Amino acid sequence: MLVIDDLHAEVAGKPILKGLSLTINAGEIHAIMGPNGAGKSTLGYTLGGRPGYEVTGGSVTFEGRDLLALAPHERAAAGLFLGFQYPVEIPGVSNVQFLREALNAQRRQRGETELSGGAFLQVAKLKAGLLKMDMDMLKRPVNVGFSGGEKKRAEMVQMGILDPKFAVLDETDSGLDIDALRICGEGINTIMRKPGKAVLLITHYQRLLDVVKPDFVHVLAGGRIVRSGGPELALELEREGYEAVA
Amino acid sequence: MTARALPDTRAVEDWRYAPQAALAELWPLEAPDTVTVPAGEHFVRAIVLDTDAVVHLDLTLAAGATAAVHVVNVGSGYGRVEVTATLGAGADFTLGAVQLAGGSAMREIVASVTHAAPDATSRQIVRTVLGGQATGTVLGRIRVERGAIGTDAEQSIRAMLLDRTATANARPELEIFADDVKCAHGCAVGELDAMGLFYLQSRGLEPPRAKALMLQAFLAEALVGAEDEERLCALALAALEGLL
Repeated sequence: MLVIDDLHAEVAGKPILKGLSLTINAGEIHAIMGPNGAGKSTLGYTLGGRPGYEVTGGSVTFEGRDLLALAPHERAAAGLFLGFQYPVEIPGVSNVQFLREALNAQRRQRGETELSGGAFLQVAKLKAGLLKMDMDMLKRPVNVGFSGGEKKRAEMVQMGILDPKFAVLDETDSGLDIDALRICGEGINTIMRKPGKAVLLITHYQRLLDVVKPDFVHVLAGGRIVRSGGPELALELEREGYEAVA
Repeated sequence: MTARALPDTRAVEDWRYAPQAALAELWPLEAPDTVTVPAGEHFVRAIVLDTDAVVHLDLTLAAGATAAVHVVNVGSGYGRVEVTATLGAGADFTLGAVQLAGGSAMREIVASVTHAAPDATSRQIVRTVLGGQATGTVLGRIRVERGAIGTDAEQSIRAMLLDRTATANARPELEIFADDVKCAHGCAVGELDAMGLFYLQSRGLEPPRAKALMLQAFLAEALVGAEDEERLCALALAALEGLL
């Protein structure tokens, strides 16, 4: 589904990713762990196409297409979802308005028919329910006045509604209490644990991986994958620290 | 009230950005709408100006009085909304204003808040969106008089230019004659938040639509909490669509 080959990327002229390679197949959940400054978030933003994250070498192929040639909105329409570590507040724009427009923009780009207001609300209600979020919250402006945990749950509701093929989730577990962590983790399983889909979880801690069980765990350090393994690698990291393992 | 003489816009600072010819057409102006808000009472006013006119609301807030004034200043010619407020002890004043102008429109918002007694709070939020050859001007003043200790005043003036041919004038002014006061102010003419734009695009919105939503958000900051927020936002959005 996603093939990252020898990816080099820099931010403000500073090289961050230095030859990162990773292949993710449909049906797989991968976790990337690593110390601060290793390049984890840069990987997420580079895949999402954030301006200022400049690819200086290598390639990223998503379902046979050159992902790096696509603009951010085209990547979304192609089936990529980037869960933000710090979701942005958009005052004056309700979640419902924003998500309906976003979903229909994706559908238009894919040549699909747009959803009516009623049909959209049905989908939204269902997905919000998965994350134990009520519709009143979705009628409020995007992320405004939401707690850290609510923002992350709202991100997962967005993911549920947009129904991507591939999700990069950047520290979805940060700022969550134990209950919210379980709700988000179960949401990820329900929405993304499917044969035609895949997930790349970026995280510091084992605790999210207790709920969303990864098939593969990678250690990112110095802008490259320095070790890969199964779920046991995350436990080893938790026990012994990055320095000993990487 | 005796009529004021037509100001020479080249010389009088408060009329510095007004077009002399358009102003002459409107002269003499009506007297300001003067309102005194009694102690402990709450005053609400929405001003929508979409014609060529100069309107002036002059408020005096008695001790503990509160007032919220919201302004939508749109239209194709010259329009100026002036709001002055004098605050008594412990009074609270909010001004939320937006102005949108395209073509060759000239719109002005002039706000002057005087903290005349201790412990009053005020905030002014003014958002301007300009396209074409339009000019948008904001003059925002906070004056803290001697003895007005415990003042807490905020002012945020921001403008967005959709075209390089548009002009934004912003002049924040602080005059503080007391100690122990808090006056926060910010003033910027600039671009939309890049992270917000990326966030919206990453969900599938095409760049022009992402930009429109960010502008909607930009304007909403000034109108949030208004008694008829929905109507004012709709008016602002309709004007915004005319600019995009």
